[in-house]
Amino acid sequence: MTEILVFCETNEDQLDSTAGELLAAGQKLSSELSLPVSAVIFNPNPDMVLQAGSLGADKIYKVTDPKFQQKTDEIYTHGLFEACKQINPTVILAGKTTLGRNVAARTAYRLKSTVAQDCMDISGDKNSGLISVKRPVYGGNAQAVFTFTNPLNQVVILRVKTFEPLPLDKSKTAEEIDLVISMPEPKLKVIDIVKQEFEGVRLEDAAVIVGGGRGLGGPEAFVQLEELAKILNGAVGASRAVCDAGWLDHSYQIGLTGKTVTPDLYITIAISGASQHMAGCSASKNIVAINKDGDANIFKEASFGVVGDWEQILPSFTATARELTQS
Amino acid sequence: MNIVVCVKQVMDPDTPISAFIVDEAEKKVIPAQGIPPVVNGYCENAVEAALQIRDQQGEGTITILSLGTDFVMDVMKKPLSMGADKMILIQDESASNLDASGIVNVLSAAINKISDVDLVLCGQQASDWDNAHIPMGLAENLELPCITSALNIEHTEDKLIVQSALPDGYQTFEAPLRSLITVNNLFGEPRYPTLKGIMQASRKSPEIWSIDDLGISKSDLEPSIILSELKIPVSEGNCEIIEGEDDADSGRLLALKLREEKII
Ligand SMILES: Cc1cc2nc3c(=O)[nH]c(=O)nc-3n(C[C@H](O)[C@H](O)[C@H](O)COP(=O)(O)OP(=O)(O)OC[C@H]3O[C@@H](n4cnc5c(N)ncnc54)[C@H](O)[C@@H]3O)c2cc1C
Ligand SMILES: Nc1ncnc2c1ncn2[C@@H]1O[C@H](COP(=O)(O)O)[C@@H](O)[C@H]1O
Repeated sequence: MTEILVFCETNEDQLDSTAGELLAAGQKLSSELSLPVSAVIFNPNPDMVLQAGSLGADKIYKVTDPKFQQKTDEIYTHGLFEACKQINPTVILAGKTTLGRNVAARTAYRLKSTVAQDCMDISGDKNSGLISVKRPVYGGNAQAVFTFTNPLNQVVILRVKTFEPLPLDKSKTAEEIDLVISMPEPKLKVIDIVKQEFEGVRLEDAAVIVGGGRGLGGPEAFVQLEELAKILNGAVGASRAVCDAGWLDHSYQIGLTGKTVTPDLYITIAISGASQHMAGCSASKNIVAINKDGDANIFKEASFGVVGDWEQILPSFTATARELTQS
Repeated sequence: MNIVVCVKQVMDPDTPISAFIVDEAEKKVIPAQGIPPVVNGYCENAVEAALQIRDQQGEGTITILSLGTDFVMDVMKKPLSMGADKMILIQDESASNLDASGIVNVLSAAINKISDVDLVLCGQQASDWDNAHIPMGLAENLELPCITSALNIEHTEDKLIVQSALPDGYQTFEAPLRSLITVNNLFGEPRYPTLKGIMQASRKSPEIWSIDDLGISKSDLEPSIILSELKIPVSEGNCEIIEGEDDADSGRLLALKLREEKII
C-alpha cells in the first residue's frame, strides 16, 4: 500500500493557497483508492504543518534545507524527486503554478513516469490503482479524459481553483516525518529577482474583475475600466490580445497562459471569449459581457450581457453602478 | 554554436469554433476543411529566440526539428524562411499514436543523433494538446538545465544570461550553454520572413528521418497514459441579453439588473 502525495507550496511563512485545494483533491482520491493523503512541505514552519493537517493531510513529510529558500525548478525538482523515491507514492498532486507545474512535470519524467497537466477533475480506480483525469485540450475547444497505465508515481497537475479546500478541522493532526535529502550544487545560478510593485487589489484575489479586450481599440480605454473597477472595489484584467499589443503588461493577462481567476463577478468588455481566454475565468460566479457582436463566444459563457458598442454602454453602466453602490 | 529548435505543426488555433469538429468514436480532432495547419505559435517565438542568439554571435547553426505525420511543407518551411539553417523532419505514421513520453523519447534520441548540440529551444506549450511538458521531458532525458518562459537570452563567452518570467516579475539565471530553454509570446513577436529568406528556404530541402532510424527500444514508445475520451464541452449558453432604447440605456439597465440580482 502506498499513498497520495501532495506537493504543498509555501509563500513566505505560510502555505500557498493551492495547498488546501490539492489536499481536498487528495481526500477525494483517498476515498476512491482507500489510500492515505500525505503532504510534502519544504522548509515548513510549525504553522504550516498544523494547517496542512487541518486541511486534510494524514501524514506530513518535512524536508528542511536552506537551499529551498531559493524557489527554482531545479532545486525543487531535486527535492520532490528524492522525496518520491523514498515514498513511492501512487499519485503525486501539484498545482498549476509557475513552480508547481514545472517541478511536477520534471519529477514525473525523472521518475520515468508521466504527467497530466492542467487537470480539472481526477478520479481513481480502486482495483487497478489507476488514475483518470479530465482536462481541456486544444485551448479548451475540446475536453479529454486520460487514464494512466501504471499505478506508480502518477503525476497530476491540477488547475488552480478547481477544488474547494475542505473546511479547516483544527482537531485533526497529522503524523510528522522528517525526510533527509542531500542537496547538490545547482547548475543554474540565480543572479537576480525583480518583483513588480503592485497597487490595489491583486487580480487573483479580486472579488470583482473588469476585463478588457482588443475591441477597446487602445490603451486609453483602460482609464474607464479602472474607474469602474474602483467603484466595484475590483481589479482590471485583460485578454492576451491586449497584453501582446502592449496596452497593458502581461501580468494583467487572464487565460490559459495567463492568470486563473474566480471572482464573484467578471465583467468583460470587448472580449470575444476565445476558449483560451475562458480557460482562465470560466469558473467565475457571474460573467457579464459587453460586446457588439451578438454571436461572440462570450455570450455562451455569460449570464448577463449587452450587445452593442462599449463606448456608449460603459459610461452609463459605470454611472449607474456608482449611484447604486454609493446609495 | 549549434542550436536545435523543436517545432510542432498544429491545427490553426484561430480555427473558428464552428469549424472545430471532434470524432468522438475515434477520439480525434478532424482537421478543419480549407484551414491549413500552422507552426505552433510559441515554437515561432523559439525560432525567433534562436535567430537573435545567432545574430548576437555572428555565427552558429540553427536546426529545426519536428516530429509528426502529415507535414505540410509550405507551413513547415516558415522557420527556414525566417532564417534557420537546416530542418529535420521525423515523419512517421506512428507519431500520431505516441503519448508525451513517446514524443520525448523520440525527440531526445534525435537530438542525440544531431551531433554537438549546445542549446535546445522549445515553445512553452503546443496549442493542440496543451501539454506544456515535452520540453521538461527533454531536459530530463538529456540531463540539461532547464529554464522556462524566457524573456531575454544573452550569450556571453561560455554562458547564457536568461531572464525568465515570474507571475509578478522575473528572475535572471546564469546558465551553461548546454541548456534547454522554453519560449512563449512574452519573448516578443517572431520576425516575418523576408523575400530573400523565402527564396533561400525554397532551395533547402528538409532531411526526412523515421522513428526506426533512431534506434529506440519498443518499450520506450509504449504509452504511459491513454486518451479514453474526447469531446466538445457543452456550454449552457443561457445569457440574458439586456436591451434598452439605445446602447447607453442598455448600460444603465444592465447595472440595475446586476443590482436587482445582488451581484453588485
Ligand atoms: C496557446 C495559446 C494560448 C493563449 N492564451 C491566452 C490567454 O491566456 N488569454 C487570452 O486572453 N488569450 C489567449 N490566447 C489568445 C486567444 O486565442 C484569443 O486570440 C484572444 O483571447 C483574443 O482576445 P480578445 O478577445 O481581446 O480579441 P478579439 O478576439 O479580437 O475580440 C475582440 C472583441 O471585441 C469586440 N468589439 C470590437 N469593437 C467593439 C466595440 N466598439 N464595442 C463592443 N465590442 C467590440 C468584437 O466583437 C470582438 O468580439 C491564446 C492563444 C493560444 C494559441
Ligand atoms: N512533435 C513534436 N515535434 C517537435 N517539437 C515538439 C513536438 N511536440 C512538442 N514539441 C516541443 O515542445 C513544446 C511544448 O509542446 P507540448 O509539451 O506538447 O505542449 C513545443 O512548443 C515544441 O517546442
